[in-house]
Amino acid sequence: MTEALLVAERLSRRFGGLSANEDVSITLERGKLHALLGPNGAGKSTCINLLSGDLPPSSGQIHYKGRDITRLSAPQRSRVGIGRSYQRTNIFGGFTVLENCRLAAQSRRQRAWRLFTDACALGDTLDKARAVIAEAGLAGREDRIAGTLSHGEQRQLEIAMVLATDADVLLLDEPLAGMGSEEATKMVALLDRLRRTRAILLVEHDMDAVFAVADTITVLVNGQLLASGSPDRIRANVEVQQAYLGDEAPASAVSGCGAPPRAPARAAPPAGTRDGSATCRA
Amino acid sequence: MTMSRPTMALLLAVLAGLFTFPFYGGEFYVEMMAEMMILGIFAMSLDLLVGFTGLVSLGHAAFFGIAAYAVALISPEYDPANLWLVMPAAILASALAALVIGLLVLRTKGIYFIMVTLAFTQMAFYLFHDTALGGGSDGIYLNFRPEPRLGEWLAFDLAEGHQFFYFVLIVLVLVYGLLVRVLRSPFGRVLVGIKENEHRMRSLGYATFRYKLGAFVLAGALAGTAGFLYAVLFGFVTPELLSWHESGQVLMMVILGGMGSPVGALIGAGSMVALEESFSMLTKHWQLLMGLVIVAVVLFLPGGLIGLPGRLRGLLLKGGGDD
Repeated sequence: MTEALLVAERLSRRFGGLSANEDVSITLERGKLHALLGPNGAGKSTCINLLSGDLPPSSGQIHYKGRDITRLSAPQRSRVGIGRSYQRTNIFGGFTVLENCRLAAQSRRQRAWRLFTDACALGDTLDKARAVIAEAGLAGREDRIAGTLSHGEQRQLEIAMVLATDADVLLLDEPLAGMGSEEATKMVALLDRLRRTRAILLVEHDMDAVFAVADTITVLVNGQLLASGSPDRIRANVEVQQAYLGDEAPASAVSGCGAPPRAPARAAPPAGTRDGSATCRA
Repeated sequence: MTMSRPTMALLLAVLAGLFTFPFYGGEFYVEMMAEMMILGIFAMSLDLLVGFTGLVSLGHAAFFGIAAYAVALISPEYDPANLWLVMPAAILASALAALVIGLLVLRTKGIYFIMVTLAFTQMAFYLFHDTALGGGSDGIYLNFRPEPRLGEWLAFDLAEGHQFFYFVLIVLVLVYGLLVRVLRSPFGRVLVGIKENEHRMRSLGYATFRYKLGAFVLAGALAGTAGFLYAVLFGFVTPELLSWHESGQVLMMVILGGMGSPVGALIGAGSMVALEESFSMLTKHWQLLMGLVIVAVVLFLPGGLIGLPGRLRGLLLKGGGDD
């Protein structure tokens, strides 16, 4: 019993002569975490931008809960329930953590045209903001200026803001980027929790994390969909190994520990690591 | 936007000083103070765009001038107009102009926004300068100050200097109160969010164009309020009111006083008029001195004059520590 929330069919995006995405189809289901992999420049961010409405597709269709949303703008897609985070932290650095989330929560409560109410008197918006701050593991940080948070906390805030918009679909662009291992572990646990009630698309370079939490993995290369399937199938897929690592690399390296993909492949002993789960923290 | 106690006390003291000003200030200074307050309203309206929404407009004088022309054109030649009709009409004219211009210019950003707002204000300038609509380059007289007529009853008399002063002061307080409330409201928070990071606001579900348009129209209406009062004060309207010069002047007031604070805008407008007045008594080349002051403020007080007390306190504390 899975519910397909977001279905993208044959999405293409061309920039002049360059095809950043070509015929990419992807389905996001509630309760599932779908990871998007690919070398740098494979078109992962473009794909997220197409789904979030930051970029209009050149061709293809996107349906959300059965409704065609291909022509909707970014704000409209956010309002139907598609939330996104950014690869480079994109928060309101000068505002407090609470105000960052309050603004996000307010957008869903249709009260922005009230000119004469005190924004801080809108209790339900504030409650929502506090709740998502706690959910993202930032409780106690409400009054900190967002720009002064540690890098990892800013990434958590990114997620909290998306949650405050009541999004059912989360498009997360490298939420683990630049995080220490402890922070990353916490974030992976958070993603695992969030997945239960939502659909998540995760773009991530950290292979350990991806293979640990993903239900489905899609691999993009040169803007095209190379393979899509369960982590085990992707790990065993010869084409993926070649695209990612070149012909000479050992098969196991796909499950190695991330960017740059070549380095761990060389470092890993050629045998004995066939069992990918050895390098994936569960 | 909660106020600290000393700020509150200072604000009340200033207000008390203003309300009693006609009793000790001479005629000349009462009129000058009225001008300061009118330009203060104008500067606050621009600050809503520049300081709170992040829209640097170089065409804000258009809305100031359009309302001024509206009063002059609507008012009958040999009778005073009804204040309760002509004032809303003038403000509405500016708001409508802001709506139409805003729909076009808000599609651009940054330097392009500055350029198209400038272009529109120049169009408005030449509309009045080169056509007979408002007396061409000679401008147009407003022979009588409007009367606050309700049936046969006249509540006060704007032709009388002190009463006009109080009328301006009350409008100023109302506009200030309105801005403070609006900035505290969900709408105001959205504007500040747009200034901080418009892209993120969009991805959070805000169709930012509408909010920017709302701010643009509100700022236009408030600039119109100031323009209306300005025309009534001087009884004379010329195309220069809509010139890019005027737009630059009000932008300088906002920068001088400190962006992102209505009080800063008021301080900027007040000090600009005061400096202009005192420098022009010193020398014919007062604009050179004025330029020096602006440069000094921008260099040494990037937050504007409103940041001065904090700066001084910082210096004093540091000096104390060295002893």
